[in-house]
Amino acid sequence: MTMVTAKGSIQRRLMVSLLAGAALLAVALFFIVQSLARQLAEESQDNILLASATSILDASAVRQGELVLDLPYSAFSMLGNLSDDRVFYAVRFGADFITGYSDLEDVRGLGEARFETRDYLDEPVRVVALSRLLSISGRPTKLTVIIAQTRNGQRETLERISSIAATIGLGFFLAAAGLAALASRSAIRPLERLAVSVGRRGPQDLRPVAAPVPSEMVTLVAALNRFMERLKVSLARSEEFIAEAAHRVRTPLATVRTQADITLRRVDKEENRAALREMIRAIDESSRAAGQLLDHAMVTFRSDNLEHSALDVGQLAAEMVDRLHPLAELRDIDLVLDSTSGAMISGDTILIQNALRNLLDNAIKFSPAEGTVVVSVRRLENQVLLGVQDQGKGFPAEGRDRLTRRFARGSNAEGIIGSGLGLTIANEVALAHGGGVEIANNRKGPGACVTLSFPSA
Amino acid sequence: MRHALISLCLMAAAPAMAFEIEARVQFGPDNAATVLNVISTADIDLFAPVILGYLDQTPNTAVDYVAVSSGELMKALRDEGAAFDIAISSAMDLQTKLANDGFAHAHNSDATDALPEWARWRDHVFAFTQEPASIVVSRAAFQGLTMPRTRQDLIALMRKHPDRFMNRVGTYDLRLSGLGYLFATQDARTSETYWRLTEVMGSLNARLFCCSSDMINGVASGELSIAYNVLGSYARSRPDADQFEILLPTDFTTVMMRSVLIPKTTHDADLAGDFVDHVLQTAWAERPPKDATFTIAGEVRNAEDDSLRRIRLGPGLLVFLDAYKKRQFLQAWEDAILQKR
Repeated sequence: MTMVTAKGSIQRRLMVSLLAGAALLAVALFFIVQSLARQLAEESQDNILLASATSILDASAVRQGELVLDLPYSAFSMLGNLSDDRVFYAVRFGADFITGYSDLEDVRGLGEARFETRDYLDEPVRVVALSRLLSISGRPTKLTVIIAQTRNGQRETLERISSIAATIGLGFFLAAAGLAALASRSAIRPLERLAVSVGRRGPQDLRPVAAPVPSEMVTLVAALNRFMERLKVSLARSEEFIAEAAHRVRTPLATVRTQADITLRRVDKEENRAALREMIRAIDESSRAAGQLLDHAMVTFRSDNLEHSALDVGQLAAEMVDRLHPLAELRDIDLVLDSTSGAMISGDTILIQNALRNLLDNAIKFSPAEGTVVVSVRRLENQVLLGVQDQGKGFPAEGRDRLTRRFARGSNAEGIIGSGLGLTIANEVALAHGGGVEIANNRKGPGACVTLSFPSA
Repeated sequence: MRHALISLCLMAAAPAMAFEIEARVQFGPDNAATVLNVISTADIDLFAPVILGYLDQTPNTAVDYVAVSSGELMKALRDEGAAFDIAISSAMDLQTKLANDGFAHAHNSDATDALPEWARWRDHVFAFTQEPASIVVSRAAFQGLTMPRTRQDLIALMRKHPDRFMNRVGTYDLRLSGLGYLFATQDARTSETYWRLTEVMGSLNARLFCCSSDMINGVASGELSIAYNVLGSYARSRPDADQFEILLPTDFTTVMMRSVLIPKTTHDADLAGDFVDHVLQTAWAERPPKDATFTIAGEVRNAEDDSLRRIRLGPGLLVFLDAYKKRQFLQAWEDAILQKR
């Protein structure tokens, strides 16, 4: 049988693409959550810085031509609520520095509230500058509050959220992986079901697949059904052909043989009788060869489509011995059955009958007159042995292993009718049943011994 | 005996340093391999047990202890960049400012991790005491009077007996004492009563002091009847403690936390970290040693009292350190306490 070459796996491919998708989504999720968290953390710091600056601006006014400034306690304590970050500030009125950290510079830009991230005292800080116009001695002057805060709290929040996001991403990926495994398995299941149901069929079962299949498999199953239909037709044809051929060849040969027999009785002249006898011999040989050829064709056909049934080898041998008794008696050969009961195997009755008949044919043919042919059935461990023993010349010492080849004959078989297919048939039948053939000569006395072995049921 | 190894060498001032030193003591062996320089606002006597405990565990090390006022401590570390390994101060605001402005070295250990959130700021400032601002009164001076329980009681009492308390009320001079300023600003933040009280004290010609110990000495000597906003721990540790009544006003009592930090100028941050851990472990111990003068418990271990207001470490403390704000506050305070009589 030809091995099917496997290349790739649908399930694996499905799994890989699902996992790749899940991984991509998990990573995207991680970055989205992280960027949202960063945005939120920045916004919340900006808001609180702005609130702080606003509270200082709101507490400031010009009274009697002088700037009166107040730093509310809450302005800074609120900055300590979210984190333990360092706080720096400066208040400027026009060009004058009023209070705070004199080297903390304003944020460039337009608008009332301006934000910036920069380094101050060797640490990155978020800076807000908030301005308001106050009128002093009739001139509008800009009061600016600048507040800066380090970003450790924000960084810690981000780290915390990042690790949460990573956990979520990983969890998401693992869940998706589990689902992908389930999904890919369930996607592949109809295929497996189809394979199992087709594989379980008997050799003669060529019915179309009728169970419903997923739409993607309809084409495949339809093609399979069509193929089986064609196979069924061609099998039927070749069976018919075999039967037809057997009929066509055997029937006219039988007629010719009968006519030759009749003619032989009518003819008196010795040289004509000799010619006729030679003709009958040739007809017998052809008839036998045709029979064996048909046997062999059938064995070949049935071996590929073994029909197993429980069968008793002992009983089968007994029936065959019965059937061949007349033939044996014709040559004064004693046909003996030596059988045990319960030698059960699972096999094709017709094939095994065929094999045994061919072996017996050979044995009877090669045995001397008044010889004995023994058919034995034995059980040995988990094997059933079917042996045929004759008292003929035995197998030649050399080239014994090629005797099971088609049309091969022993070097000492000249002068005996035969096609060389008998052992081939027996061998193929044994092999088709998972057994084998042993070809040997009798240890005591002359003669050959052929043993077929079958695994017992 | 460790005590035998102490070499006392009191100095008026070290010539190399421009800030003003009140006292200086070297603990431990003279020939020690390493010397830990401590600058502190705590009186040497009170802090000595902690240092001795540390030296017991750490051989071959000496501690050079310099006692200064909180203002001088700030000046030394911030303006002069003096090299110290440890700074201990009762002025939480100044400690916070030092840390905020980058003059402190970060320290992280099991001991600091064990601190609750309120007892630390960043990895820089670590609290190891809780000390309420108390009113210490002389029992003798209050004979025949009910002890005041609140500031309102005290105001009423002083108004009722101006003759009895004239010139006999003491409080911090906020211009000199960092701790006094911290207490005053927190009082003012909590209640308007502070300003009324200050005005009444002003009207009684209150006397102004640099330090808790001076005020308590005054009460002990009979010079003062009332000392407002002093540290009860100083009064309690005196042998003549039974002469005083230490009052924790029930309207609110401001609780200060003494704190320790490692200045950026430290020459050995690991050694300084060990010292900080020792101070914290001693103070935060479930059962502090008997001679431990500074513990987190102080007078308030079990007092989860509503009236106790623990000063919160954090940037809020920077507000009253703002030069502009401070000028305003001191102006208002001077107007109240230094009345034109």
